[in-house]
Amino acid sequence: MLGFVIQRFLQAVVVMAAMSVIVFVGVYAIGNPVDIVIPPDATQDIREDAIRRLGLDRPLWEQYWIFATNALQGDFGRSFVYNIPVLELIGSRLPATLELVLISVVSATVLGVTLGIYAGYRPDSRISKTIMALSVLGFSVPSFWVGLILILTFAVSLGWLPAGGRGETVELLGIRWSFLTLDGLAHIALPAVNLALFKLAMMIRLARAGTREIMLTDTIKFARAAGLSEATILRRHLLKMISIPIVTVFGLELGSTLAFAVVTETIFSWPGVGKLIIDSISVLDRPVMVAYLILTAALFVTINFTVDLVFALIDPRIRARRTA
Amino acid sequence: MTEVLRVEGLKTHFHTRAGVVKAVDGVSFSLEEGEILGLVGESGSGKTVTGFSLLGLVDPPGRIVEGSIRLKGQELVGADDRTLRARRGRDISMIFQDPIATLNPMLTIGQQMRLVQEAHGRITHRAADARSAELLSRVGISSSSARLRAYPHEFSGGMRQRVAIAIALLHSPAVIVADEPTTALDVSIQAQILAEMKTLVAETGTAMIWISHDLAVVSSLASRLLVMYAGRVVERGPTAAVLRQPKHPYTEGLIASLPSSASPGAPLRQIPGTTPSLLALPPGCPFAPRCARADAACAIRPDLSEIGTQTVACHHPGPSHTRVPA
Repeated sequence: MLGFVIQRFLQAVVVMAAMSVIVFVGVYAIGNPVDIVIPPDATQDIREDAIRRLGLDRPLWEQYWIFATNALQGDFGRSFVYNIPVLELIGSRLPATLELVLISVVSATVLGVTLGIYAGYRPDSRISKTIMALSVLGFSVPSFWVGLILILTFAVSLGWLPAGGRGETVELLGIRWSFLTLDGLAHIALPAVNLALFKLAMMIRLARAGTREIMLTDTIKFARAAGLSEATILRRHLLKMISIPIVTVFGLELGSTLAFAVVTETIFSWPGVGKLIIDSISVLDRPVMVAYLILTAALFVTINFTVDLVFALIDPRIRARRTA
Repeated sequence: MTEVLRVEGLKTHFHTRAGVVKAVDGVSFSLEEGEILGLVGESGSGKTVTGFSLLGLVDPPGRIVEGSIRLKGQELVGADDRTLRARRGRDISMIFQDPIATLNPMLTIGQQMRLVQEAHGRITHRAADARSAELLSRVGISSSSARLRAYPHEFSGGMRQRVAIAIALLHSPAVIVADEPTTALDVSIQAQILAEMKTLVAETGTAMIWISHDLAVVSSLASRLLVMYAGRVVERGPTAAVLRQPKHPYTEGLIASLPSSASPGAPLRQIPGTTPSLLALPPGCPFAPRCARADAACAIRPDLSEIGTQTVACHHPGPSHTRVPA
């Protein structure tokens, strides 16, 4: 197992290094930030001074070298726009995204797996057919449209829930959270539902497919022949046997939603990192873009690694293969 | 000897879109304590569905439409799910063909054995594990308390089937339905398990229904044989009598097609034709299209009649006139 961890860690280092080069070169290739950061009526002297100060007069490889050596020491530079350290900027936005995404992905998984198991267990019942029809909707209706409809219905027409913002926050462990106050929860509700719908549909389909397949196996027949109740069979046998694909998709969804909840965050003006990256791209705030994308890569590497560890926890065959 | 199971006129039909499939169509037999009954027939003859019917585990669209199954004197046909579940595992259990597929790969042997014991009443982990270890050593798995922590993939196929047998025996059921449990194993393991099963049945008094298409395996084990064809019993009787003097041409064909009954180098004999589709059975004797003895009388379905110790459903029973000496 230790060998496995070390191997994965080295892989992660290579992935991150490659990612930093790609991102740095990619960002360098699009537009000139000086045109956006400096007012067009500034004098040539001010322009040149700014270019020198930002280090934009040096060759690309030198810029990358400076960035890389600083990054290794935990310094990802300062935002061109906000003029504060990038890490601090991202860190201040991260909790908002984190709580929104965790709430929506976790509840989509719990609810989706439950509904999916039911739909797979009784595929011919009317409730199952309704669940499956709704899951098709969840897949095919565009997220931004659902978001707008949610605002229109629950915020504008009914006036039950706020249309945007984080609401009241409470400090815990030095970070401000919304989910700990009633007002905050009311603010989270709509964006969380908006984010969750697609994942819910996907989890339903995954759990249903797994359930239908597993219920036909001899393992289940043998358990039934031994007199196990249906509830025990579902809880103790089925749930474990369908869990591998569910954990995989959970990890991938968690990563991609954390990094790119952009649409929902924009519609509900949720001050998270998704909104930050979109704003940074529009003003070519290079340090923010580079740091954000590299951190996203780190996030995916970490999540994939965790998923692999969870696999070994669930499935003894995978565990055996790794120690061998 | 006391009778533990009596099946009468069992009919299990599958109502499909294409029509009614009469997978089991009027099967009757009885089983005594500690007895091994061999249930023989080709694929699709209704052996396995008969087994599942006994446990009340026929999957929809299948359903027991008629007949009676009395287990230790109590009727199972028409009983509600709760009653059936309470009896499964405790009074009647089943083992399957492929031991790799029957055990859950994600749970330890001990956990799976515990679940089966918890299904029939509260029991402490310690007591359950003690009982599990006892049964494992009984089926020949030594140092069994350590083996409880092992996962199925750590066992060979033969060992896994032993574990499955141990699980089926946990509650000392009156009847075990064994659906081709040695077919997936290699021959030497097969012989070992057959011998062990024979001893176990003798020791525990558990009766067994051994389902197989392999007459050679069954004949070494069962005291009586039940030959099925197209959902019906075509011949029934003591193993020795049926093997020596098969009355039904189908049984005769099965015996003749055994590799051991052919002289070396000679081509293997086979029964001509294939099992008929259960959706389009001929109106008379279902075996008639494949039968050398068939004549006009076979247009009417033959009833079971007794000839000596055997019971046979044939208009022309007895040794075949065209029979090649073995």
